[in-house]
Amino acid sequence: MSTVLLEEEMTDTPAAPARLLSAGPAAPGQEAAWEQFTKIPLPTRTDERWRFANVKDLDLSPYLQPQPVDETTREELLARSRGLEKAAGRMVFANDQLLSREVLSESLTRLGVVWLPLEQALVEYPDLLQQYFMREEAILGGQKFAALHASQVRTGMLLFVPRGIEIDLPVEAFHWLHGANSSCFPHTLIIAEERAKVTVVDYYESADTNAPGLACAVNDLWLGAGAQVTYVCAQNWSREALAFQINATVVGRDAQARSLFAQLGGRHVRSESVSHLRGPGGRSDMLALTVADNAQEVDARTFQIHEAPNTSSDLLYKNSLDDAARTIFSGLIRVDPGAQMTDAYQKVRNLLLSDDAEANSAPGLEIEADNVRCTHGATSGQIEQEELFYLMSRGISKRAAQKLIVNGFLQEVIERLDQPEIGARLAEMVQAKFAAHR
Amino acid sequence: MSSLKIQDLHVRIGEKEIIRGLTLEIPKGEVHAIMGPNGSGKSTLSKAIGGHPDYTITSGDVLLDGVSILGMEPDERARQGLFLAFQYPMEIPGVSNANFLRAALNSRQSEGEEIEAVDFYEHLYEEMDKLEMRREFTSRAVNEGFSGGEKKRNEILQMAMLKPKYAILDETDSGLDIDALKIVSAGVNAQRGPNIGCLVITHYQRLLDYIVPDVVHVMVDGRIVRNGPKELALELEEKGYDFIKDALAEPVSA
Repeated sequence: MSTVLLEEEMTDTPAAPARLLSAGPAAPGQEAAWEQFTKIPLPTRTDERWRFANVKDLDLSPYLQPQPVDETTREELLARSRGLEKAAGRMVFANDQLLSREVLSESLTRLGVVWLPLEQALVEYPDLLQQYFMREEAILGGQKFAALHASQVRTGMLLFVPRGIEIDLPVEAFHWLHGANSSCFPHTLIIAEERAKVTVVDYYESADTNAPGLACAVNDLWLGAGAQVTYVCAQNWSREALAFQINATVVGRDAQARSLFAQLGGRHVRSESVSHLRGPGGRSDMLALTVADNAQEVDARTFQIHEAPNTSSDLLYKNSLDDAARTIFSGLIRVDPGAQMTDAYQKVRNLLLSDDAEANSAPGLEIEADNVRCTHGATSGQIEQEELFYLMSRGISKRAAQKLIVNGFLQEVIERLDQPEIGARLAEMVQAKFAAHR
Repeated sequence: MSSLKIQDLHVRIGEKEIIRGLTLEIPKGEVHAIMGPNGSGKSTLSKAIGGHPDYTITSGDVLLDGVSILGMEPDERARQGLFLAFQYPMEIPGVSNANFLRAALNSRQSEGEEIEAVDFYEHLYEEMDKLEMRREFTSRAVNEGFSGGEKKRNEILQMAMLKPKYAILDETDSGLDIDALKIVSAGVNAQRGPNIGCLVITHYQRLLDYIVPDVVHVMVDGRIVRNGPKELALELEEKGYDFIKDALAEPVSA
């Protein structure tokens, strides 16, 4: 591990941070990505893949390259990195620097599990990265931001779980964004071989809940035959952050992927999530919950691609919107010609707590096989007056009753995770967001 | 002074007047029954007293221990000691029964204070046992997927936990088979005593075999038309509401 090197870097007096747009690639080898980033124009209003989105919000000029944090900040952020009571391992990053890596279970390494910060993995396991690192193209409109990520990524988590190995406890990573207008590029790469099983939780946090900043994350999940991977991304960037998340999940034969994106922070959040059902019998559960208030915009694009027969996908996205918040859901199900017996489901629910909130939903189907079952639906509604009256008639104040109902609304998503400890942590984060509101 | 007093109450839904000058007093320690045919305004009365926003009170007053509650929001009325057992209890998806009850009890604590979890569950299980409710009901979402009987038991459980001064039970017998009716009635009877006044709203006399009232009121067309002892319920059962309607003279007050 490069702990020594890291500490040397951190005691250096930091140079004035460069603006991201004039910074160039972060390191040699990332030039091609940088060139691609500069070549692709910013999305425009007329781009179908950015329909409904407020594209004026995507200006990247204010943001700076990430700077190492000082020792005091390091201690503070480590103390604030409160994850689950029990985890198999935990990495903490701030501004794309590894602050700590706690291995709670050494025996996993002996079984062949590789769990390394990306820069170290690049040296020790170049073949793995060659084979899996950003191998699925961003196809939902975020190419420019994927290229930006590829040109700037410095670290992140690589987790390789070999054939037949099950990791019982979740593996965690914290990504902190620190400093006004700072940027960061979190990366998570999970490779689960045949029958491997693992759960990973990423926490995205800002040191200062009001600081503007840019986060551009990529997380890719690769599931071999019969593998089971649960991935949770708890996004809680500052309320002034511009954030991108680009996810690709590749599901092999009889494998089961389950992902949950909790969207709490950010001023403007763009999330793209693609499930490739590549092996027969594969299944992907795609979950998301959003609590948006004030002028937040949470823009989610999804793609369930059934490439093989007998595959299933089940998407459930729930948004709670208050004040003048906006959400966008645009989700496509595609069934390739050979993918008979596909079972695809997509459900979006929006709960509007304010007349000024706006929820846009655009589900879509592209089916090229004839023996399939595909269902989709999107609904928007307000809290039912009768539910509110029922709770209030028990003495519960209107505000508390609304919170209970919203929590209940989101609970369905959390329960689908089927991981009570993580679910409780997520519920806590939702509570904290409610408590901070108004 | 210790009573729930309804004075010359007029209630409208939209433009339609449903309660038309209703007067009634339930002293603490007593159980009163309101009987009446469908459409007489029985359920409107309970919702209006509870403060449902769809019901407009155009005149009259409702006094809880001498204090008017009409200016209060529904939650405040509840915290003053009013309880409604709903004819059709709402399902609240994703909110567990235990969390719901804790929120209701916490709303009665002073700012920043919360009830002790251990005490809460001890108390909850004790009351659930009385109503023969299985423990799993604590973690299930409020009324979601409950049978009719389970929903009504859940109402009585809430009443037991919240210990109101006055309870209005709206058609608590509807949808209950005889076994459930006995359990629910026993649950209500266990709470009877000098510290609570109950108003039992029902269409059928059957419930009053199990929850025996001190006084029976007959409601027709938004008014009380007859008051009497518990035997009045039997007379109604025997002769039907038409007998009252036919004999309807001037409205009376209790």
